[in-house]
Amino acid sequence: MTLTPLGDSAVVVALDSGLDETGLRRVWALAAALERDRPAGVVDVVPAFANVTVFYDVAQVGGYERLCREIATRAERVETADLRREGRVIEIPVCYGGEGGADLADVAAQAGLSSEEVVALHAGGDYLVQAIGFAPGFAYLGGLPEKIHTPRRPTPRTAVPAGTVGIGGAQTGVYPLMTPGGWNLIGRTPLRLFDGGRHEPALLRAGDRVTFRAINAEEFAAWR
Amino acid sequence: MAITVIRAGMLTTVQDLGRRGHRAAGVPLGGAMDAMALRVVNLLVGNAEDAAALEFTLTGPELVFTADTTIAMGGGDFGAVPRWQPVRVRAGERVKFGAARTGCRGYLAVAGGLDVPVVLGGRGTYLRAALGGLEGRALRDGDELRAAAVSRQMVDRWHLDERMLPSYSAAPTVRIVRGAQAGEFDGALTTAGFKVTSKSDRMGVRLAGPAVVRRDAGELVSATVAPGTVQVPPDGQPIVLMADAQTIGGYPQIAHVISVDLPLVAQLKPGDTLRFREVTLEAAHQLILDRARALALLREGLAEKMR
Repeated sequence: MTLTPLGDSAVVVALDSGLDETGLRRVWALAAALERDRPAGVVDVVPAFANVTVFYDVAQVGGYERLCREIATRAERVETADLRREGRVIEIPVCYGGEGGADLADVAAQAGLSSEEVVALHAGGDYLVQAIGFAPGFAYLGGLPEKIHTPRRPTPRTAVPAGTVGIGGAQTGVYPLMTPGGWNLIGRTPLRLFDGGRHEPALLRAGDRVTFRAINAEEFAAWR
Repeated sequence: MAITVIRAGMLTTVQDLGRRGHRAAGVPLGGAMDAMALRVVNLLVGNAEDAAALEFTLTGPELVFTADTTIAMGGGDFGAVPRWQPVRVRAGERVKFGAARTGCRGYLAVAGGLDVPVVLGGRGTYLRAALGGLEGRALRDGDELRAAAVSRQMVDRWHLDERMLPSYSAAPTVRIVRGAQAGEFDGALTTAGFKVTSKSDRMGVRLAGPAVVRRDAGELVSATVAPGTVQVPPDGQPIVLMADAQTIGGYPQIAHVISVDLPLVAQLKPGDTLRFREVTLEAAHQLILDRARALALLREGLAEKMR
């Protein structure tokens, strides 16, 4: 385990673990341990792929060295239960193709498949939320079948609507907000991935499993 | 007490000290770009340091106050009222801020604090997600804001010892601590000056200067970033991440602007220049503690000036 300062108000705790599920689970378990028993002066705990970042208020921690010792102590006490904890399974309905999935045919052409086969592969996958970040509620999903890995588009779109499902390289995900975006757009979900008015604003958490289910345009329209 | 917005000015938003504890959901800290200015102007009108106030950018708003109140202006100099002191305004009085003469962002606190709903632990406006502030957006002409009621007002015949403020300048030296990838770059950040470009916004201040080149071109696993993080994209032109920065970023991190100097960056406008100077983490921490002490002294001193 190594602790590296991230500026003067955060410290990155790296576990030297891989990006496979075992490594990710160690990161989430450490984040859970730090959340459960926050050292004094800690204001935020953020898991991200290979490490956990601990944000602190230096006026409250009783010294940076002491904070680092307290973090190390908790890291040693990570509980097996945390390592074994299963995330929730969240099903995301997607209306593939059509207006919200303008690049479905392109993805199919690049993969040498039909659009139906792309949808079957995408909706048949089992995805793991590796991290939340980049934008509010945005989930980095692992588990996209290799056959439909598709390079990002050469020119990003200036505005992709919230709820759009895309493929960028080996990753798939849902745009939580209307933003510019360079991914290939294959469909749209009626679910809100991020809603500031909810108690828990992000639909997904790191560690959750995601499945996609194909719905038709009528079901999509009826959802709201 | 209400405030009518006659002219909104440029990118005028309600801001506070941001949202803590929601980074795991991808929600940025947000809040005032120049947090020190926001803290001080709030204290000057008798508010808590983290009360909601107005932040405006390059061009200030024109406002009418519907009742007698106390305001304080800080950050850049936008005319209209003297900065860094409580100013009494009368019911019906019109206050018209102009273009920034110095700095980039102005902060206007009103006694009682701006009364907008708390969303995810903060009142500040996060435009990208249309969150907080007034309907999640920048102010428009004709908007109306409310300030919470107050029972006591600040005595107004005095002003702040400006030595406690950051050394605002259009060409500041900004102190940094090393970033995780600092050792992977040829040509340090500290040998040349950089110019602020017009692509800068509340997410990041984009700089132009001699390219800072990373020797190792390998891709990095995306990692946590924070306001102050200096990222270097492949073109070698550094970006200083600011209040609305995303929570995770994929570019190498060469450095981090220290907390007490981030207001200096927040007050730079396109065309201004800056230089970087490296300090130790211990020095950066000591400077935060010194500033906290100065704010505590100000708070205590002001408590005696409330009537």
